[in-house]
Amino acid sequence: MPTVKMTVNGKAVSADVEARTLLVHLLRDKLALTGTHVGCDTAQCGACTVHVNGKAVKSCNVLAVQLDGAQVTTIEGLATGDTMHPMQEAFRNNHGLQCGFCTPGMVMSAIDLVQGKPPLSESEIRAGLEGNICRCTGYHNIVKSVKAGAEAMQAGKGR
Amino acid sequence: MHNFAFHKPGSVADAAKAIGAASDGKIIAGGQTLLPTLRQRLAEPSDLVDLGAIADLKGIKAEGDGVTIGAMTTHAEVASSSVVAGAIPALAHLASHIGDRQVRHRGTIGGSLANNDPAADYPSAVLGLGATVRTNKREIKADDFFQGMFTTALDEGEIITAVHFPKPEKAGYEKFVQPASRFALVGVFVAKTKGGVRVAVTGAGQEGVFRAKEVEAALGANFSADAAKGAKVSADSLNSDLHGSAVYRAHLVSVLAGRAVAAAK
Ligand SMILES: Cc1cc2nc3c(=O)[nH]c(=O)nc-3n(C[C@H](O)[C@H](O)[C@H](O)COP(=O)(O)OP(=O)(O)OC[C@H]3O[C@@H](n4cnc5c(N)ncnc54)[C@H](O)[C@@H]3O)c2cc1C
Ligand code: FES
Ligand code: FES
Repeated sequence: MPTVKMTVNGKAVSADVEARTLLVHLLRDKLALTGTHVGCDTAQCGACTVHVNGKAVKSCNVLAVQLDGAQVTTIEGLATGDTMHPMQEAFRNNHGLQCGFCTPGMVMSAIDLVQGKPPLSESEIRAGLEGNICRCTGYHNIVKSVKAGAEAMQAGKGR
Repeated sequence: MHNFAFHKPGSVADAAKAIGAASDGKIIAGGQTLLPTLRQRLAEPSDLVDLGAIADLKGIKAEGDGVTIGAMTTHAEVASSSVVAGAIPALAHLASHIGDRQVRHRGTIGGSLANNDPAADYPSAVLGLGATVRTNKREIKADDFFQGMFTTALDEGEIITAVHFPKPEKAGYEKFVQPASRFALVGVFVAKTKGGVRVAVTGAGQEGVFRAKEVEAALGANFSADAAKGAKVSADSLNSDLHGSAVYRAHLVSVLAGRAVAAAK
């Protein structure tokens, strides 16, 4: 079995996996990081979104062995101790979730979308989240959350 | 997904060797099309050869009268490249509208062209601009590369290394998005080049990407949005499905060509 080495949420990880193991299965089944969800398993919904080398990707659509040496961040890696990431805090404050299933992917996509950019308009946020599907909220409060999260990140309250 | 042997060669030559040695080897680039296919068990390769570690296949550079893009360059990299934006802004615009952010971070131009999905975006730019596909064996002109849906001039195991796009005088791309898949219901790439006007259409043809000769003739006589919109496109060899009839798609070809001309830079 191939061995993959990567850094997950700042910790070095080494695992023996079958070549066909998807990143999401490594995260959930081997590393017990179950915050990353599988919504569709057909690369459509974005619930499984994580950051690979700082960029949002669908972890159900990449092989673990393709990412040897990569830096991976999951929803579990965002908080600092008991302090949530400003984007997580914004989703809570703006009622940006209902059942919460899509939320880890939404938060990971949102951070990737707004990071290092000037403030985005509502329509830019909507277009930027096209890879993430939510069956509950109707998106309105998600867009509000992302706007607020972006402002909080800009204001230096977090990263 | 069935299991397979996995290889990650460091050079194109080693990749070709690994493919040649496998009983049923397949290349994997971004995996955005291949992995869903494998997960549905529509293919069962014995070996996957990952091009991700081959530095020569990545990157964008100005070359001669245009831009050369390495096969492993992602859609996101093309969309944000200042070299592409400077020489062919329509190409950067096209790349920025492929799929979604996550797909654009992994999917590559080489993978998209080798796959030749009949509704994919890049084939229209390659055909519209009269680009050249470079492989580990030869150079293939766009007019010879696309050979019907999911079919290209590539031989078994042949590896795309780069694509060279000549700089047009002006070009524009307009896509009518199929809202569920984000692929093109119809997409039209219009280019005004030294050799004349080229108009390539994706999403509409039964045989995949094609040149709309009616629109090319109209724009050759008068390069204006109105001329494109006035061109009658035959619905004869176009797709009909639950998303739109062939007649509707034919209509969209002229409308989108007009918008592409209006937006051309
Ligand atoms: C949700 C979703 C939405 C999408 N929306 C769009 C869209 O709107 N428009 C669009 O155009 N595409 C879309 N795509 C497809 C996407 O652009 C893919 O990235 C692309 O088609 C394939 O590129 P890849 O690098 O992922 O290739 P892979 O999936 O790795 O490979 C695809 C095929 O090409 C072969 N191959 C790959 N690289 C080479 C090479 N260098 N030489 C020879 N053969 C090679 C492989 O063997 C395989 O058969 C979408 C995909 C998803 C999952
Ligand atoms: S589970 Fe990965 S995109 Fe839906
Ligand atoms: S909150 Fe339920 S799917 Fe988005």
